[in-house]
Amino acid sequence: MTSPAVPIERPTDWRGLAARLAAPVGAVLAVAVMVLSLGFLADPDGPQNALIGLYNALGLTGQAEALAQEGLDPILSKAIIAVVGLAIGVGGIWLIYIGAHSVLELLGPRWLSRLVPWVFIGPALLLVGVFLVFPSITTIITSFTEGDGFIANFGFVFTDADMLIALRNNALWLVLVTGGSVIIGLVIASLVDRVRAEALAKTFIFLPLAISMAGAAVIWRFVYAWQPPQEAQIGLLNAGWTALGNEPVPWLQTPGVNTFLLILIMVWLQTGFAMVVLSAAIKGIPSEVIEAARCDGAGESRIFFRVIVPMIRGSIIVVATTIAVAVLKVFDIVYVTTGGRFETEVVANRMFNEMFLFRDLGRASALAVILFLAVIPIMIINIRNLRRQGIGA
Amino acid sequence: MTERALPATLTEAGPSPGSRWLGYLGVRVAIVFIVFLWSLPTAGLLISSLRDSDALVETGWWDAVLHPFESAQQWTLANYATTLGAEGMGEAFVNSIIVTVPATVIPITIAAFAAYAFAWMRFPGRTVLFAIVVGLLVVPLQMSLVPILRLYGNLDLNGTFLGVWLAHTGFGLPLAIFLLYNFISQLPKDLLESAFIDGASHLTVFMRLILPLSIPALAAFAIFQFLWVWNDLLVALVYLGVSSDVAVMPARLNELVGTRGDQWHILTAAAFVTMVVPLIVFLALQRYFVRGILTGSVKG
Amino acid sequence: MPRHRFLVGVAVLSLLAAACQPSASGSPTESATGGPTGSYLERAEAGEFDGTSVQILAQWIDAEGDNFEANLTAFAERTGIDVQYEGVTDYESYLIRQVDADQAPDIAQIAQPGRMREFQGEGKLINLSEFIDTAAFEANFPSFVDLVTVDGGIYGIPYKADLKSIVWYPNAAFEDAGYTIPETWDDLVALTDEIRGTGVTPWCTSIEHGDATGWVATDWIEDILLRTAPPETYDAWVNHEIAFNDPAVLHAADLMAEIWFTEGNVYGGSTAINNTFVGDTQNPMFAEGGPDCFFHKQASWIYTFWPGYVAATETEPAVVENEPGVDSSFFYFPPIDPEFGSPVLGAGDMFMMFNDRDEVRAVIEFLATPEAAESWIATGSFVSPNLAVPEEWYSVYPASGLAEILRTATVLKFDASDLMPAEVGQRSFWDGMVDWVAADGANTEDVFAEIEASWP
Repeated sequence: MTSPAVPIERPTDWRGLAARLAAPVGAVLAVAVMVLSLGFLADPDGPQNALIGLYNALGLTGQAEALAQEGLDPILSKAIIAVVGLAIGVGGIWLIYIGAHSVLELLGPRWLSRLVPWVFIGPALLLVGVFLVFPSITTIITSFTEGDGFIANFGFVFTDADMLIALRNNALWLVLVTGGSVIIGLVIASLVDRVRAEALAKTFIFLPLAISMAGAAVIWRFVYAWQPPQEAQIGLLNAGWTALGNEPVPWLQTPGVNTFLLILIMVWLQTGFAMVVLSAAIKGIPSEVIEAARCDGAGESRIFFRVIVPMIRGSIIVVATTIAVAVLKVFDIVYVTTGGRFETEVVANRMFNEMFLFRDLGRASALAVILFLAVIPIMIINIRNLRRQGIGA
Repeated sequence: MTERALPATLTEAGPSPGSRWLGYLGVRVAIVFIVFLWSLPTAGLLISSLRDSDALVETGWWDAVLHPFESAQQWTLANYATTLGAEGMGEAFVNSIIVTVPATVIPITIAAFAAYAFAWMRFPGRTVLFAIVVGLLVVPLQMSLVPILRLYGNLDLNGTFLGVWLAHTGFGLPLAIFLLYNFISQLPKDLLESAFIDGASHLTVFMRLILPLSIPALAAFAIFQFLWVWNDLLVALVYLGVSSDVAVMPARLNELVGTRGDQWHILTAAAFVTMVVPLIVFLALQRYFVRGILTGSVKG
Repeated sequence: MPRHRFLVGVAVLSLLAAACQPSASGSPTESATGGPTGSYLERAEAGEFDGTSVQILAQWIDAEGDNFEANLTAFAERTGIDVQYEGVTDYESYLIRQVDADQAPDIAQIAQPGRMREFQGEGKLINLSEFIDTAAFEANFPSFVDLVTVDGGIYGIPYKADLKSIVWYPNAAFEDAGYTIPETWDDLVALTDEIRGTGVTPWCTSIEHGDATGWVATDWIEDILLRTAPPETYDAWVNHEIAFNDPAVLHAADLMAEIWFTEGNVYGGSTAINNTFVGDTQNPMFAEGGPDCFFHKQASWIYTFWPGYVAATETEPAVVENEPGVDSSFFYFPPIDPEFGSPVLGAGDMFMMFNDRDEVRAVIEFLATPEAAESWIATGSFVSPNLAVPEEWYSVYPASGLAEILRTATVLKFDASDLMPAEVGQRSFWDGMVDWVAADGANTEDVFAEIEASWP
């Protein structure tokens, strides 16, 4: 780790001081403008009122009244909100960082080096605190206090027959989706850069990632569609299945098969992500390393397992972690296809149902806590990975 | 990653693993097969969306491919006209753009600052805070729904675009910080040290050195966040609602699944409309994405 | 009803032409609904609340939403109250989120009385008895009073009724074959056997509806239970005062199994029952070359799923093939034990009030008047639970036929699965039906015992 060097002292002169004061003053002004604009953004009629004010200021009272009467074209109004939002979101944020930094500079180098990290991570911590930490704490407290109490809330998770199925399914999802996506992604990534139409091939594999869960649900409903035996099968899977002389099977409603078919949807969606990241990592390996191994007479498979995989281990862990976390939270696919019925239940979906359908906040919170506990091993792997790279404290 | 920065090679990389043992032809066949497999479901959707609504439910879509010129197939664009007009996908498209662009740009800025601080600054609680951020990757969205809804109720933010931008920023930050940290922390150490020796401040180093070097990672995350927000249903549903003047495309598509579940011609066209923009964005940024990640090339 | 409610379209313009449109002022029922002078509705009509606004949230979108809004718009123009209507799909969970966030609308529709009781228990709802004319209310909604009364207060205004106790059939083929409409259960079973003897499957039934799969079968159980046991038994079953697998319920299941699981009775057999989308159930009935089934027991809105039906848009009227009343009709699901008369199983929507302001009270009072649904009734796709609605308003089929059944009903009961806790009514009861069908009815005892065990 580096510790920042002491900045070189500059001789004080009035112009320099004025310049240094200008930045904090500007920053304070910028923050004030931002606060006002946030109010403007929160008001759906903001753009309209702002324009009316502008017209009045310019003495165009006629236009102002007309606007107040008719209202603003909704698309135009929305576009104004979007532009202002983007300007504030990007410009304003930069101003805050730069302004805060310049304020710190006035305090002198010692305070600067001590406080600058907090300026850099402050906004992120604030947002993460409001949107994730505070609700999580609320949820953990709820899981102990709401409903029939702590014992009942957590007891149900490990005794209820449907919940046991959900836990089993989550384990299947975790292993099969993470393993499947990473392995297939790695294989494709290591093969694909030998092909001339590399970008094209990658695009096709990546394509599913661009599809929303609702879209993927429609696509795969079509693949798994069932028609009565006397009618033509429009679903790809049943068309193939019946061509082999079998009766058409209602795949998504057949316990034992359906969970694997839903897992397949997720693998199909996630493999592109794994491939893109791992492909980049493989490209990052210096060619002389590979060449050196070749000169030592190592075969391709040996190079792959002994050289390439260890060298991109960090990236593999990142990809696996990202996918595993996404899988633990898997909700949309199950929600849109089966709603967790026919033995396809998973924890996140059951949590949604407990919260918004059965309205048992205690159980819902307990399930959220279970997901937390499930993810601790993943966090440990990550932290060990960081330590190994010599970055941990 | 490497210890030292290497000159960028824009030429083809040397022979790479997993190819010689199969032979070039074998690799090609394997790739073509995988691509075919992966494209099949989507191709089915696209072809179906271009077919007449009756033909769609009478025969499988592959039938149209095998006999493309039979009159029974009746290729048509009518499904798209219906979807964009009467089914409200047109307005949903505009709403999606308005939600997605700020919700993609804002978190990247904030995350880049934080990732840099975690990677290259020393301060008390750094490891703990970073572990918390990584841990937050797993907080299920559903946990935040009700507390944040109540908060928004007090602030009058429910149903506003601002509320959704903030929510997506908050939920997207852990992953953004995590991914950017992984990239920024692996930048060559001596490069930064020489900048500090020259008297540069952290802000200068960040703006002049880290950001330009991180463009590949920033682009990569931008793509992921864009896709995530564009395709998100839950956050938009909860904080924005489903009235037509704010509903985004997945919300509208979900409504169609609920109300037109048996009308495949509308569903297929609507689903494909939602996919078009993410696809274009990915294709446009792919070049930066792939070339840029070939390790930071640093010259001077 | 399931979470994703079916979309009910508007009837065709040709049907509309036949509808008579009595003027609101000439309505003979005004004295019944108007209440004492100085009611909030009258004050609103006098313009007292001009410039205020009231939000209403409901599940009706598209054509249904337009039908609902039509009468509101007129009301808003007369009174100057800005009535803001929002229609939402996936409605129930959306409403729950809004209520949990203390963002409840002024007025919200609900189809599950159980949910209404839940909100009332949480202290979220306004007691309507405090200001409405309760005597008039009880006179106009006799079948629904118990349903919307909690702790002696009225918390819901019934607005829309859906009837489930009807069996659809294809007119022409039915008459050509010389069949007659069954008046009793025995007639129905005999006719079923006769049709099966001709080599045609008599029934079409199916229960696949995504994550709501199974609800169609629960309607059957409930309908048969009402015909084989006293209404008190039905209520006790709903409230879990008797076991879910009480002998009376198992008896109803056995009668249902006779129809459902007799070989050759149902088109496609049990696989088709479990896997055909509810909206596609009747397709074989309208097959080219004659019907492949003759009976389809389903609620009143199902005709919007006939093949070839195209819902109305803003510019185009609906297109209806196999037009109800011309090509397809329904008969009343016949009684079983004469002792229990002619019961009707229904579902319906009511309005709850979350925020107490004078103008909201006025809108609530308006929603309790026949005029609040007048133009929707005129489309022929809407039946009001309000007895004050003049008979002649129902001039269009199918609503005219439904209103007739409603008038002759001896008992009207609400869909049990909508009254039970969601863990049962929207999950284990449905799941049980799927398992039961999959096993061709061989595991009746186990299935019903399992549902009993799932009661929270």
